[in-house]
Amino acid sequence: MLKYFVKRAVLAVITIWIVATLTFFLMFLVPGGPFLAEKAPSPATLAALEAKYGLDQPLHIQYKNYMLRLLQGDLGTSLKQRGREVNDIIFTRLPVSAKVGGMAIVVAVVFGVFFGSIAALNRGKWLDNLIVFLSTCGIAIPSFVVSTLLLYFFGVKLEILPTFGLNTTSSYIMPVFALAFYPMSYISRLMRSCMLDVLGQDYMRTARAKGLSQMKALFKHALRNAILPVVTYLGPLLAYALTGSFIVETIFTIPGLGDSFISSITGRDYPLIMGTTIFLAFLIVTMNLLVDIVYKVIDPRINLR
Amino acid sequence: MKQKSLLQETENTEKPQWKLSFHLKADDFMPASEEEKQDLVTIRESVNFWQDGIRRFRKNKMGMISLIVVLFMMFFAFVLPYFYPYNYYEQIRGSESLAPFEYSETEKAIMAEGGKVFPHIFGTDTLGRDIMARVMMGSRISLLVGIVASAIILIIGSIYGAIAAYFGGWVDTIMMRIVDIIYTVPDILLIILLSVTLKYPLERLAEMPTFAWINKVGVGLISIFIVFSLLYWVSMARIVRSQVLTLKELEYVAAAKALGASHSRIIRKHLLTNCIGTLIVTTTLQIPSSIFTETFLSFLGLGVSAPMPSLGSLASAALDGLYTYPYRLFAPAITISIIILAFNLLGDGLRDAFDPKLKD
Repeated sequence: MLKYFVKRAVLAVITIWIVATLTFFLMFLVPGGPFLAEKAPSPATLAALEAKYGLDQPLHIQYKNYMLRLLQGDLGTSLKQRGREVNDIIFTRLPVSAKVGGMAIVVAVVFGVFFGSIAALNRGKWLDNLIVFLSTCGIAIPSFVVSTLLLYFFGVKLEILPTFGLNTTSSYIMPVFALAFYPMSYISRLMRSCMLDVLGQDYMRTARAKGLSQMKALFKHALRNAILPVVTYLGPLLAYALTGSFIVETIFTIPGLGDSFISSITGRDYPLIMGTTIFLAFLIVTMNLLVDIVYKVIDPRINLR
Repeated sequence: MKQKSLLQETENTEKPQWKLSFHLKADDFMPASEEEKQDLVTIRESVNFWQDGIRRFRKNKMGMISLIVVLFMMFFAFVLPYFYPYNYYEQIRGSESLAPFEYSETEKAIMAEGGKVFPHIFGTDTLGRDIMARVMMGSRISLLVGIVASAIILIIGSIYGAIAAYFGGWVDTIMMRIVDIIYTVPDILLIILLSVTLKYPLERLAEMPTFAWINKVGVGLISIFIVFSLLYWVSMARIVRSQVLTLKELEYVAAAKALGASHSRIIRKHLLTNCIGTLIVTTTLQIPSSIFTETFLSFLGLGVSAPMPSLGSLASAALDGLYTYPYRLFAPAITISIIILAFNLLGDGLRDAFDPKLKD
């Protein structure tokens, strides 16, 4: 068990290191280096800046300094928002994205598990067919299509929901649903097949035979076992919520991390792009690691090499 | 087969004489007559892998419908534009921002004189380009990206997985550790990072005469392909590896080795050809997910470059005029959903038909 954790942790560290190294070297492909701006600085200022950030040093020293700064959690300064640190931008933007993303994850898991179980319990009936049909469509519709269609029907045509910002409670509905739509469909499908699998097991018959009520057998035995694969999906789900936020936050003009990332791309704010990438990669990799460990702890039957 | 013929023989002879003795009947050793030989011919013709799979696939209603839809979308994207009177980059003067089936003043004048004007089925955009033509071209780009990317993934993933499994031992360990690491890299982030940073060097490269084709394909598309070939093949490699691990223990591989076949021949002719079902299914299911990524990037403005349309960039362009021209959104949005849905269902159908074991 410990061996597995150590192996996974080492793997995670290597992954983050690779992403960080890639960003460092990709930065050199960008014309003008990190001090490129609309108004080109005078040669003297440039030299001073380069000296300040150690850009006049040879490559391997620069790489060492960059890695040391990263280890201290320093992601550099933004180009377009003069003087603001990337860290500062990330941590003012992150809570907004975390709120929307967190709500979307809860909605996706709760409704996904619910619909999946309902479908499995009504196997072959119209309710099952309906849920299967909807979830099959749900995993085929990209989030930007869901978002734009929602925006059009509820925001523009019916005018019952606000189309931008997060000023009222009702303005959370569309972005959260748009973000939760794909994972909800995915979880329903996953949950349905796992539930069908569990319902056919011998221990379910035993549970009923020893006199447990239908409800108790379902919640204590079936749901607990069927929900395990959903736990493994939480890692990818988090990655999805983060990358999906690029689209959803752009469409609904939400001042979150995704929105700032996309505008940093269109504005060519390289330090901000690099910083956000490393930060998000770190977040995704660590959460994946945590989810895997949790999964291993809650289900001791699984033997992960 | 042998048992079957014996059974038939006993049925044919009226009273089978069962004797518990070691006396051998001389009749049993006579050469078979023509009639007896006929009995040995199996009633049904033997069915090979493809016929068997296709027969099973035909019975799958959902699979057949999705196959028809996929073929129709291919026709829509690759053939129909040649017969369609408008093309995707032509800006028609005077017909800017038309609603579906609306005609401009000049077109009305032509019609009043008895001329024929082909209707703009989905209207035109702000620059006077026919949206139907752009949606067709956009589907072509999205389908091409999906298919080419899946082909790249198929080639890299299957060869990598097969080599790792075939040689085993420390080769396998190192190769799969690399796969493990790549698997944990957040792919979308890396794609965005690469398409941002590769833009400039690729543009520089395209200025050289030998690399002029880069501009034709588009810098965004090339960075998508680069990332696909760097990252996305890992799940294919894992699937192929697990198949080859069992296949390489089989007798025909040992026989091929004994006959002196080279490693590459065994991998090509014996191992990869025998997991063809898995390869087909995984590649088909890879196409919609590649299209998904491509439209995602194009929607963010990182995919194909203008004037080339992609379904993602069409939807993103429609977003700007959502209040005034909402219909511009529907055509690309519905087309992309249909394409992805059809490929998903086709992949599921093929999996049931060609590789039932893969279903989990």
